[in-house]
Amino acid sequence: MDLHLEHITLVYPDGDSTLTAVDDVDLTVPAGTTTALLGPSGAGKSSLLAVAAGLTQPSRGTVTIGADVVFTPDTSVADSTRVRLERIGMVFQSPQLLGSLTALEQLELHAHLRGKRPASVRERGMELLDAVGVADHAHKRPAQLSGGQRQRVAIARALVGRPEVLLVDEPTSALDHERGTQVVELITGLAREMAAATLLVSHDASTLATVDATVRMLDARLEESAPLAAVRPA
Amino acid sequence: MFVALRDLQHARGRFVLMSVVIVLITFLVTFLASLTAGLARESTSAVTDLPADHIAFSMPAEDDAPEFTASRVEADQWDAWADVEGVESADPLGVATTRAETDGTTASVTALGVDEGTNLVPGSDGEGDDGEAGDVEPGTVVLTPEAAGALDAQTGDIVTLGGTALTVAATVEADQSFSHTPVVWTSLDDWQDIGARGSATAGGGADPVATVVALTTTDDADLAAADDALGTTTVTTSDARSAVSSFAGENTSLTTMQAFLLVISALVVGAFFTVWTISRSGDIAVLKALGGSTGYLLRDALGQAAVLLVGGVAVGTGLSVAAATLLPDAVPVVVTTATTLVPAAGLILLGLVGAGVSVARITRIDPHAALAAR
Repeated sequence: MDLHLEHITLVYPDGDSTLTAVDDVDLTVPAGTTTALLGPSGAGKSSLLAVAAGLTQPSRGTVTIGADVVFTPDTSVADSTRVRLERIGMVFQSPQLLGSLTALEQLELHAHLRGKRPASVRERGMELLDAVGVADHAHKRPAQLSGGQRQRVAIARALVGRPEVLLVDEPTSALDHERGTQVVELITGLAREMAAATLLVSHDASTLATVDATVRMLDARLEESAPLAAVRPA
Repeated sequence: MFVALRDLQHARGRFVLMSVVIVLITFLVTFLASLTAGLARESTSAVTDLPADHIAFSMPAEDDAPEFTASRVEADQWDAWADVEGVESADPLGVATTRAETDGTTASVTALGVDEGTNLVPGSDGEGDDGEAGDVEPGTVVLTPEAAGALDAQTGDIVTLGGTALTVAATVEADQSFSHTPVVWTSLDDWQDIGARGSATAGGGADPVATVVALTTTDDADLAAADDALGTTTVTTSDARSAVSSFAGENTSLTTMQAFLLVISALVVGAFFTVWTISRSGDIAVLKALGGSTGYLLRDALGQAAVLLVGGVAVGTGLSVAAATLLPDAVPVVVTTATTLVPAAGLILLGLVGAGVSVARITRIDPHAALAAR
């Protein structure tokens, strides 16, 4: 399913005035493709990602997955949480793995959050860990993994629930160029394979050779003024 | 409790430390409860074990709270009580702490004086202890085991109570005491010489007196009206414990300590989970960002607290019971459901309240923080 961000505006209170973090942004990410969102610090990339994830309510505009409007300025916290659980996968800037869980348990956690038996996703979890190249470390805790391995586990965790949308925030910020490129390649490949509409925020364009499209944000707006960003066919 | 149980295992050191604190607090609370009950029994078992449901006191002033040391009832009062509708029996009971002597042995005892034919003496209902107790004839005394032990006396020996020489008629099995002294049973006639107060002291030919009237009543009895008419103050046998001066002070002190310990335990558990929750804020933000509902996270955190509390309280209660079993008889501890399971349940409940207040901050953690965290 495609991800549509329509007329997204996000305004924060800033002392006596307000700060516009995202200003009337329209963006569509087709299913199975990866769009990289580039721009300098403070451009509004992470704010836009937070709105796309339902972590922040937009001041105006809607987020649609397929034909379903999932986030609006009036969406409740409980509904946002449910949508994230059922339809969205997230990869954070740092892996954000839970210290007490093994790599495989990080993936099983998703099933538990959905009220299913963790064992029900064990096979798929192992497949995903294999796909991201850390199957041999399935029973290790985060402290026993390298930074790159942790990030790969985080990518597998984001995909274990077969999300329709994958949102990725600066996945290469802590990695060198080579490993950063590998991680982006991994994400775009898996997103294509799983038909997930993937929006990837990055500050490093050199690692984005495998993405399907790039858009730039500057001063809270997309540089392209067209309602839908141009997306390079897969 | 997917994450909670793994946290317990992963952060073993922290949780073991907290468990030890809970174990020690539980041990203190349950042992103190057992000690409180034991001391209460040493103070009041002579009263609470009476086969009566109410005790009538006659205090010097009408507004005085009932007190065994000040109460004094006269024959016309217990005779009148016996005639009150709904009163099945009204037995005078003299209570006096005095010195008892045998050849070469002296001990403090509480002499309980009863009328002949009363059912107040253990064994008088046919379910007696050695078959010979149950009544006390003038010139004799019935000993409880502790009194017999303290005086090194047995049936047939002479015991001098407050200057009155009496022959030991029997030793009952019921171990009763009053105000931390063992009980001996005498006839009310002999008790006049031993413990009567005021002008009715025997020897002057006056009417006998006693300390209180032990009543067995039915629901039909209008006790308040009888009190008004007879100038007495009637309380239940259980409430009569407060009329034993040593009981009130001890019980209040020890119960206050237990209450403080319960409050402290809730605060300690609350403080631990406050720190724990703050240290987990990042993980909680991630869990929320991944789609974990606030309800799920609260259940997970409270489940973790419950595991910790139930485990710690169970071990602490077990230690307390074991200590009570191993301690010498001189330490008055009573292990019952009320002194172990009830305070244990209180600790778990209050601990969960403390933990609940602490983990409530989960509701305020913003999942957006997961994006900012590094």
